[in-house]
Amino acid sequence: MEKYRFLQHTADAKFQAFGFTLEEAFMNAALAVCSLMWDIDKIQKRVNQDVFTMGKDTKQLLVNFLEEILYLFDAKGFILASVKDLKIEQAEGNYRLSACFQGDYFSEKYKVYGGIKAITYNEMKIEKNNQFLVQVVVDV
Amino acid sequence: MELKKINENIWEIPRQGSMRVPARIYISSKLLESVKRDMTLQQAKNVACLKGIQKASYVMPDAHQGYGFPIGGVAAFDLDEGIISPGGVGYDINCGVRVIKTNFFAEEIKSNIKSLLDEIFKEVPAGVGKGRAAHLSYSVLEEVCAKGAEWAVENGYGTKDDLEKTEEYGRMRDADPGCLTHRAKERGLPQLGTLGAGNHFLEIQKVSEIYDERTAKAFGIQGKGQILVMIHCGSRGLGHQVASDYIRMMENKFGIKDLPDRELINAQIRSELGQKYYKAMCAAVNFAFANRQMIAHYVREVFKKVMGTNEGMEQVYDVCHNVAKFETHEINGQKRKVCVHRKGATRSFGPGREEIPEVYRSVGQPVIIPGSMGTASYILAGTDRAEELSFGSTAHGAGRLMSRHEALRRFRGEQIKKDLESQGIELKSTSWKGVAEEASQAYKNVDEVVRISHEVGLGKLVVKVVPLGVMKG
Repeated sequence: MEKYRFLQHTADAKFQAFGFTLEEAFMNAALAVCSLMWDIDKIQKRVNQDVFTMGKDTKQLLVNFLEEILYLFDAKGFILASVKDLKIEQAEGNYRLSACFQGDYFSEKYKVYGGIKAITYNEMKIEKNNQFLVQVVVDV
Repeated sequence: MELKKINENIWEIPRQGSMRVPARIYISSKLLESVKRDMTLQQAKNVACLKGIQKASYVMPDAHQGYGFPIGGVAAFDLDEGIISPGGVGYDINCGVRVIKTNFFAEEIKSNIKSLLDEIFKEVPAGVGKGRAAHLSYSVLEEVCAKGAEWAVENGYGTKDDLEKTEEYGRMRDADPGCLTHRAKERGLPQLGTLGAGNHFLEIQKVSEIYDERTAKAFGIQGKGQILVMIHCGSRGLGHQVASDYIRMMENKFGIKDLPDRELINAQIRSELGQKYYKAMCAAVNFAFANRQMIAHYVREVFKKVMGTNEGMEQVYDVCHNVAKFETHEINGQKRKVCVHRKGATRSFGPGREEIPEVYRSVGQPVIIPGSMGTASYILAGTDRAEELSFGSTAHGAGRLMSRHEALRRFRGEQIKKDLESQGIELKSTSWKGVAEEASQAYKNVDEVVRISHEVGLGKLVVKVVPLGVMKG
């Protein structure tokens, strides 16, 4: 199955990510975000980083989740290579997400070729048909 | 969508549905065609529905689709009824442009452009993941956010004259670093004094055209061939985090019902959360002022090293093009204080306004409009007319036409560098991909953007500059 696909957008990057479950679609969305900045296949999986985030709805959850990638990179120099054990639960009117990010800290051996300012709600979609589809525009 | 032509470069979407005011678009028929292809006009209509909006929802000549507000969107809100919106400022708070003049002329400096760029590249970290080696402490970062460029000058980066020639004199006094989340500070900490990536750049330019001798002289521009340095960057991860944080806080507090677009989330200006966002935004604005102040200092040091002197490297001006501010404007014959949002728009105050430095008060403020990579940039002068037409605002750059993805498909960074070199322009970048994404063909024609601005009266043409050396993140 195709993991993600980029679409036309005047200024920024717009993509759709797919999955048989919402969790898988979220994971693939994370890979799409990373693909704008570095080549995930070239990043060693030396560091594990646990991630917890919440959202009032699935769209806010998706924004908060993808924003973790930007935060960890800017603040800690962490470069994501893959996402493991992603779980989404619904409790007390909130969505909760936990996952394990695997990757490495930035150093000269890695090439980072692009930056992302923010994950936006613009044209965001989260749909379930035969499979799950999420659509995101990122501000670059 | 009903679009009424008012005259050659002015269009209007009349009030309809839940619009509280009309939308006004300052654009040529040619550029309007590209604007119609994305969501710009719908977004301008959405802005017109916001509480407390005054006169109209304005769209500048370089507009394109944004988040919530279009990029190139200007709107002013009543202080009692009105709102403040992170989506009306943008993610890169106080993204802006600074210009420094030099006493050098192109002939004297041509053979040094490459070494100047090489040295600037060493001194000013650019690209992604590049922070400065010496990290700040949180208490220093808070001081930076409270005092902006003033902090930088106090710490040896530049002069008091730089502050005089910076919008807001380099410091928004309402800033409160206590309104920043820890995350925002964490993201900002390693990034002070860095250029960043994307469309941000630093250019060594020469004056190629002077349209208005008297005003050019007032701005310190002596003649054709004079060398200027232009710095375009913003508040880096700190500002991006402020926008994301407050969008989330406002959503969680007010909910998202009835919003045509989630990034139109807002708070009443008078509300606690509205005030907190404003103070955090001011802190991010100050971070960006300090950032450009430090970069300007590094550039001067490099000129001293390479050229033997940096005498006469005075600031022309520094403008912010993503910001919300309280300003007094005439509305229905009455002078009133309103909250003006400029998202991808530059303030363009005409002669006499007390907000602009005394040295420019008789001619209007310098309005700096950067072009795209390898193309011309412009310095305009603010006008009284802009105050009537757009709450004293005009365009902020060329504005994109083509997606980055499409640009990557069509252009190669290496080829662009070669093409620029054949035009006598040196290019230095951290990423070929970044260069391809920023190809000038992916942007609107900046010449057309400033022409419309001049013809409508939003900003008066003063000086055209062309690049000799370009450094990209």
